[in-house]
Amino acid sequence: MKKVQFKSSYSQYFFLAPQLLILLIFLYWPIIQTFRDAFTIQDAFGFGSYFAGFDNFKFIFTDPSYYTAFKFTIIYSFVITLITGSIGLLLAVQANNVLHGKNVYKTLLIWPYAIAPAVVGVMANYFFSERFGLLYHLFNNLWGFNWYEDVFDAYIYVVIAGSWKQISANFIFFLAGLQAIQKTVIEASIIDCKSNIRRFWTITFPLLMPTTFFLIIINITYAFFDTFGIIDTTTIGAPGSETKTLVYKAYIDGFKGLDLGSAGAQSIMMMLIVLVITIFQFRYIEGKIHYN
Amino acid sequence: MSFLELKNITKIYPNGTKAVDETSLNVEDGEFVVFVGPSGCGKSTLLRMIAGLEDITGGEISLDGVIINNIDPSERDVAMVFQNYALYPHMTVFNNMAYGLKNRGISKDKINSKVNDAAKLLEIDQLLDRKPSMLSGGQRQRVAMGRAIVRNPKIFLFDEPLSNLDAKLRNQMRLEIKKLQRQMDVTSIFVTHDQTEAMTLGDRIVVINDGIVEQVGTPKEIYSNPNTKFVAEFIGSPQMNLFDCSIKNGIAKIGEAQVNLDNLININDASIGIRPDDIQITDSGKFESKANLVEYLGSDMIIYSSIGGQDFSCKLSSKIDVKAGDNFKFDITPSSIHVFDNNTNKKV
Ligand SMILES: Nc1ncnc2c1ncn2[C@@H]1O[C@H](COP(=O)(O)OP(=O)(O)OP(=O)(O)O)[C@@H](O)[C@H]1O
Ligand SMILES: [Mg+2]
Repeated sequence: MKKVQFKSSYSQYFFLAPQLLILLIFLYWPIIQTFRDAFTIQDAFGFGSYFAGFDNFKFIFTDPSYYTAFKFTIIYSFVITLITGSIGLLLAVQANNVLHGKNVYKTLLIWPYAIAPAVVGVMANYFFSERFGLLYHLFNNLWGFNWYEDVFDAYIYVVIAGSWKQISANFIFFLAGLQAIQKTVIEASIIDCKSNIRRFWTITFPLLMPTTFFLIIINITYAFFDTFGIIDTTTIGAPGSETKTLVYKAYIDGFKGLDLGSAGAQSIMMMLIVLVITIFQFRYIEGKIHYN
Repeated sequence: MSFLELKNITKIYPNGTKAVDETSLNVEDGEFVVFVGPSGCGKSTLLRMIAGLEDITGGEISLDGVIINNIDPSERDVAMVFQNYALYPHMTVFNNMAYGLKNRGISKDKINSKVNDAAKLLEIDQLLDRKPSMLSGGQRQRVAMGRAIVRNPKIFLFDEPLSNLDAKLRNQMRLEIKKLQRQMDVTSIFVTHDQTEAMTLGDRIVVINDGIVEQVGTPKEIYSNPNTKFVAEFIGSPQMNLFDCSIKNGIAKIGEAQVNLDNLININDASIGIRPDDIQITDSGKFESKANLVEYLGSDMIIYSSIGGQDFSCKLSSKIDVKAGDNFKFDITPSSIHVFDNNTNKKV
């Protein structure tokens, strides 16, 4: 092969420039900006700003609404992970056993994955609106459901809205995981164990561990960051601020409340959370849960 | 009544493939039976129906006097060894062997002693704490065997368990399986496409072709008296020479050459089969041919030649001095010739 030799030592920068520019403008600059915001206090009308040290952090840690959002985000990601994981697994196991029309099931179950969170939120709106919402009235008849006023009911609303689409993602990965299990291993277990349920918990489920851990991370990340559109199109944090995720709160405080300092500090806290999740993933999951 | 009876077993897969066609077979208690046949002939399908891993489309299977068609695989009292071993990757060797026992509610002490005994027998007692991914192919093979042994099944089912091993290990394991089977005296069915394995392992061999049993018999019967052209060609290495010919009054004409048979038959369209080692090279030989190619195998050698436009090979001691390009004379004993009718492909 002929080697291409560039005469000028600058031409490589020329080719790299577009990519670097995109990274600089859309990634590094906002990060720097965030750090700057986090450590300054700006007056709401943009007339002046001054270096504030850790004041913004002190502020969010003394702000009860930050704890509310933190608590909600933790509960939300836990519940979403549990619900989407278990329903996704159940559907995948069922679809994997179907003999006829397997592809129809698969296609139908994968579709929601392709829908944008905001659209999911708008659709959920129809089901939960006070005026004509199907589920609103069903639940309302059952136990006086009213998410406009009751925190627990609002949780139910955003959990259902947030889970629906993510079930598809769980389904796809679990199905792929199931299909990656050697057929003869399952057959050997059929000879060794009569009970389907016992076989599932002693053979199939342990062999799905790598997929399960991967999905736990994916689901937590989803609940933390990708549910913004859903919250914004459903409860908008209602009843009070109880259904605001950390991301949503940072956005509201920064762009609606114009408190860029607090929003910056909150963003940095989230960066730390992502860092912890990532370290956890690399340390404990990537390394340990592979069998072959 | 035999220990294992297959009555008119048929298997048609959902996609319409007929993998096994009206197969009947009796296996006696303690017998070692080998299913042999080319790839795709339905050996595994038949074995898997006995194990219960495949539905039976038609016919009846009974084991130890009980019809097992509708009995759950775990309750048929069979143990299977798979080609790729199918060990549980997340369990230690000990747990791999103990799993089936635990599920049957056997006490811990009994499981311990059974697993340890089997492990000693198979010389894997040092490996009990390892996961399968930390074992060599041969060791995995032994664990798979161990998993079958601890269960004390009525019947062992082997689906090409040796084909993932290298040649040397394969021979060694082959001997060990045979020895174990003798020692434990458990009825066994062994599937292979390798005719050497079949000949050396089996008390009886079942030759299967295209879903149909071609012949059942001891290795000796099958080798010396093949019923069909297929069996004749499939069993024996190098494979039997088959010459298309017409037979008049007990004389087969292969081109110009005339071969005397030992009975006076007439068939227009026939094949005569002669094993490569039934051809004797002598200077007084009736036939003469040119050696196209000579393969030296140490004590033996194989000469490739042709007569009447049809290729054949002969196997003989390498002490005889024939080189490629030489002419040689040979004789054929009439009693060693197998005659097949080409219309039915059956022995005459
Ligand atoms: N699940 C299946 N669905 C449809 N056809 C199948 C299925 N399994 C096997 N077959 C077909 O049935 C026939 C017999 O297959 P089988 O696996 O029994 O062959 P085999 O003798 O074990 O071959 P090999 O030596 O290659 O293992 C083949 O033609 C195969 O294509
Ligand atoms: Mg097979």
